[in-house]
Amino acid sequence: MNYPENYRYTKEHEWVSLSGGVATVGITFHAQEELGDIVYVDLPKSGTNVEKGKTFGSVESVKAVSDIYAPVSGEVTEANELLASNPEKLNEDPHNAAWLIRVKVSSDHEFKQLMSAADYQIYVGAES
Amino acid sequence: MIPTKVRSHLTQNESLIFERSSPGKKGYQLPALDVPEVDPAEALGAASVRATIEDFPEVSEVEVLRHFTRLSTWNYAIDLGMYPLGSCTMKYNPRINEAVARTEGLAWAHPYQPESLSQGVMEVIARLEEALLEITGLDAITLQPAAGAHGELTGILLVRALLEAQGNPRKRILTPDSAHGTNPATAGIAGYEVQNIHSTDQGMIDLEELARIVDSDVAALMVTNPSTLGVFEDNIMKVADILHSKGAMVYMDGANMNALVGIARPGDFGIDVMHLNLHKTFSTPHGGGGPGSGPVAVKKHLEPFLPVPRLARKGDAWTWDYDRPQSIGRVRAFYGNFGVLVRALAYIYAHGGPGLRNATVDAVLNANYLRHKLRPYFDLPYDRPNMHEVVFSDDRQAAKGVRTGEIAKRLIDYGFHPYTVSFPLIVHGALMIEPTETESKRELDQFVEAMIAIAKEVETEPETVLKAPHMTRTTKVDEVGAARKPVVRWRPS
Amino acid sequence: MLAACGLSSVEELFNQVPASTRIDHALRIAPGLSEYEIADTFRDLGAKNANGYASFLGAGVYNHYRPVIVDTVVSRGEFLTSYTPYQSEISQGTLVSIFEFQTMICQLTGMDVANASMYDGSSAVPEAAMMAVRVTKRSRILVARSVHPEYREVLRTYARDQGLPIEEIGYDAETGQLDLADLDAKLNGETAGVIIQSPNFFGVIEDSKAVAERAHAHGALLVFTFAEAVSLGILEPPHDADIVAGELQSFAISPSYGGPFVGIITSKEKYIRQLPGRLVGETKDTRGNQAFCLTLATREQHIRREKATSNICTNQALIALMATVFMELYGKQGLRELAIQNLSKANYLAGKLKRRFTGPSFNEFVAVAKDPEDVNRRLLDRKIIGGLPLAKFYPELSATMLLCATEMTKRADMDLIVEVFHA
Repeated sequence: MNYPENYRYTKEHEWVSLSGGVATVGITFHAQEELGDIVYVDLPKSGTNVEKGKTFGSVESVKAVSDIYAPVSGEVTEANELLASNPEKLNEDPHNAAWLIRVKVSSDHEFKQLMSAADYQIYVGAES
Repeated sequence: MIPTKVRSHLTQNESLIFERSSPGKKGYQLPALDVPEVDPAEALGAASVRATIEDFPEVSEVEVLRHFTRLSTWNYAIDLGMYPLGSCTMKYNPRINEAVARTEGLAWAHPYQPESLSQGVMEVIARLEEALLEITGLDAITLQPAAGAHGELTGILLVRALLEAQGNPRKRILTPDSAHGTNPATAGIAGYEVQNIHSTDQGMIDLEELARIVDSDVAALMVTNPSTLGVFEDNIMKVADILHSKGAMVYMDGANMNALVGIARPGDFGIDVMHLNLHKTFSTPHGGGGPGSGPVAVKKHLEPFLPVPRLARKGDAWTWDYDRPQSIGRVRAFYGNFGVLVRALAYIYAHGGPGLRNATVDAVLNANYLRHKLRPYFDLPYDRPNMHEVVFSDDRQAAKGVRTGEIAKRLIDYGFHPYTVSFPLIVHGALMIEPTETESKRELDQFVEAMIAIAKEVETEPETVLKAPHMTRTTKVDEVGAARKPVVRWRPS
Repeated sequence: MLAACGLSSVEELFNQVPASTRIDHALRIAPGLSEYEIADTFRDLGAKNANGYASFLGAGVYNHYRPVIVDTVVSRGEFLTSYTPYQSEISQGTLVSIFEFQTMICQLTGMDVANASMYDGSSAVPEAAMMAVRVTKRSRILVARSVHPEYREVLRTYARDQGLPIEEIGYDAETGQLDLADLDAKLNGETAGVIIQSPNFFGVIEDSKAVAERAHAHGALLVFTFAEAVSLGILEPPHDADIVAGELQSFAISPSYGGPFVGIITSKEKYIRQLPGRLVGETKDTRGNQAFCLTLATREQHIRREKATSNICTNQALIALMATVFMELYGKQGLRELAIQNLSKANYLAGKLKRRFTGPSFNEFVAVAKDPEDVNRRLLDRKIIGGLPLAKFYPELSATMLLCATEMTKRADMDLIVEVFHA
């Protein structure tokens, strides 16, 4: 799996991309693979504040629920409506169409602290 | 290998009852009214009266009977054979219990009928309380909770009440990582933070870690003994000491009581409060998922907080005592699942003291027999004497790409219900097996034969195992589809 | 077998249990009895209760006829002795009957989704309250004082440790219905849910539409509960409710001194993921055949653990099956006819006594009685168990008793009660 170079990654298997002060957050290919077939995604409403390191939602497969941790802090501007009706998209296209939330951030400071694609590649290589 | 326990057979198909429905069919007959019939619209106002019960079925009595008889033939049951389910204690449900529970004076007793006309039902409760206290070695008991999980919640509420009375309810409850899921769920609902405590590599509670973690913010430790690995916590008294020294308590989940009856009593080894599962240890029927009953027994210091009312003696009669100012209140209406209590008492009468101990001996013997017979074929993460259940892991089979869940499904083709899959969580790919004392050597040998056959299939023809079950009228179901687009009721097309 | 384990005596099996923890005596329980002796023992215990008495007690537990087929079905070993249907392939019998149960409960209550049952009405109500809290993200609960007193007690026990404030709404002294003015005074933007029972504990039918309007205007949910399920055979179901929780004991479940019973919890479709307990869903198997399975299990304790919506591990499958058989036997017309009989019997009795409340009622009502205990004493002499004197739960209603008449109540016994009341 090629993890997009311009994204950053967390140990909890989230990815973040940053553009014009808005971060887009999702879960990685590795995460959706571990979870199996996803049946439901629970996301916060826009306007909610998320805090780095704290849970903001969850992803459910038939047999497990996984919390999702905010990699950056800020205000949620959008939650991906696609996942409400088509949770399976998260398995099919976790890095693009199946992003989870968009967050307005105050700076790129937290983004820069996250893992690079190369480091994440090593991290998941080591885990499996 | 050709299974010796089962062979194919025709089973009747049966649609949903709604699809058999037709206007005008009746399955009932009411007597003629001996009073004037009331027009509901006149008496209650037309707006309060429903026009009809939309889409409710209309079928005949024989259709109802055939419907359920056919459905029943699609189920596995203890009456058909062994359930090796760990921590479920699927023992025989004696039919004498069913008969006595239907005794008219017991089955038709109304909870509010005069006490003078309820001495029999109250006597049942009193006798069961006495027997369970003798078995657990504790001082007082409530039979009110409706099931194990309910009993757990009651137990933790009792702990909280006592600590509150002392001025500080505290904040945390400790649960081992091997605990059943109801334990942390209960602690959360009771308003506590849950803290996990890791097991040693022997699957026991880590005394050092425990001593480090227990402080004056810890209310209790929830423990199962024997553990969910089927192993007796031999340090249990030291565990209790650590908790008690900090003013905390030990709650015991009684799910594995089938290993202890007549051998050891929780009250003797430091437990402050515990729940029992009458539908496990005491043979009351599972009925496809309930009813159960989860009595909670306590040490003296917790007695004042027990749910109200309590059975008491007034002269030479039984009475309900509502004057319990420190009680946590009611955990449910009335007095408990009385019908289930009757069955448990009948079970205790049938076995008697010596018989109850024998049942435990047989249960532990059966589980150890399985451990020895299966260990050449399945990985044993904790290779030490077990009590009434044994836990294997699927490591050997996983190397060939076959996991515990798949082995379990293949077991169905051999005529058995699966064992408990993937629990406890501390064993990777767990197979948790509890035969109970009900099973004869013959049934156990058939089970062993089936498990060995499957282990061999994993080596030679893994696809057979991976795609199991093959022989059932319903094959593996699409659980993902059911969860993504839940359809939880029938609707007319 | 011992040889296979490498042991020479069964006692060695317990070497793993430290001597200090072992019991030091034989259990002080008498040796086992034969089947005959057990039957005899319970026959004697049964005889020490009311036998052959006519009863006018209701108050949450109702005397209704139990069709014989109900026990025929639930006594089948494949239902009685089967386990929770986690293994779908060999539990379709149980799963189908639960799916039918869920469907009929929705049809009866006018809601969209129902779970596979709860322990009983008294625990379904607090679960419904907690659901309202989760959905609205508010914390205050308002409950009518005319909801069954023991249900309210259980609610208080659950709510106390969740830190949920509970406030009671009074009843109208004349009608016996919810005091709407009191409700208006107490409803606000912090209210998560309003709980009413209908018919309420006094047997009076509530105006649930009026209550729903007020609750919804404040963004609160209406939690509707019932204790007498037969009432739904004739009464308009609470379409305006958000959650309906109740007790099905009336549907072929023996009074059995208070349990086991079976509760239900149902709601509008949008709250399906907040429903506690088990749910059966329809799906297909690998051959494309219709099949059923437990679903949305991620709400439950064995997966969510400390984040579970509830710690309920069971439904009341066997008891729910009794209710399912009952509902299918009586069916659309039967439940209606049964309800009309109940209404007629109680109406006959109430017509000859003095009612305390003016509100409409189903098969229960509160009768005025100067000395209810005395009335009951004299009734006992005639082998009749009278109604429930309300002083026990409502001190302000000490000169009254709650009377219930069902399809099993005989006219002759009602005439006798009237005689004793007027004597």
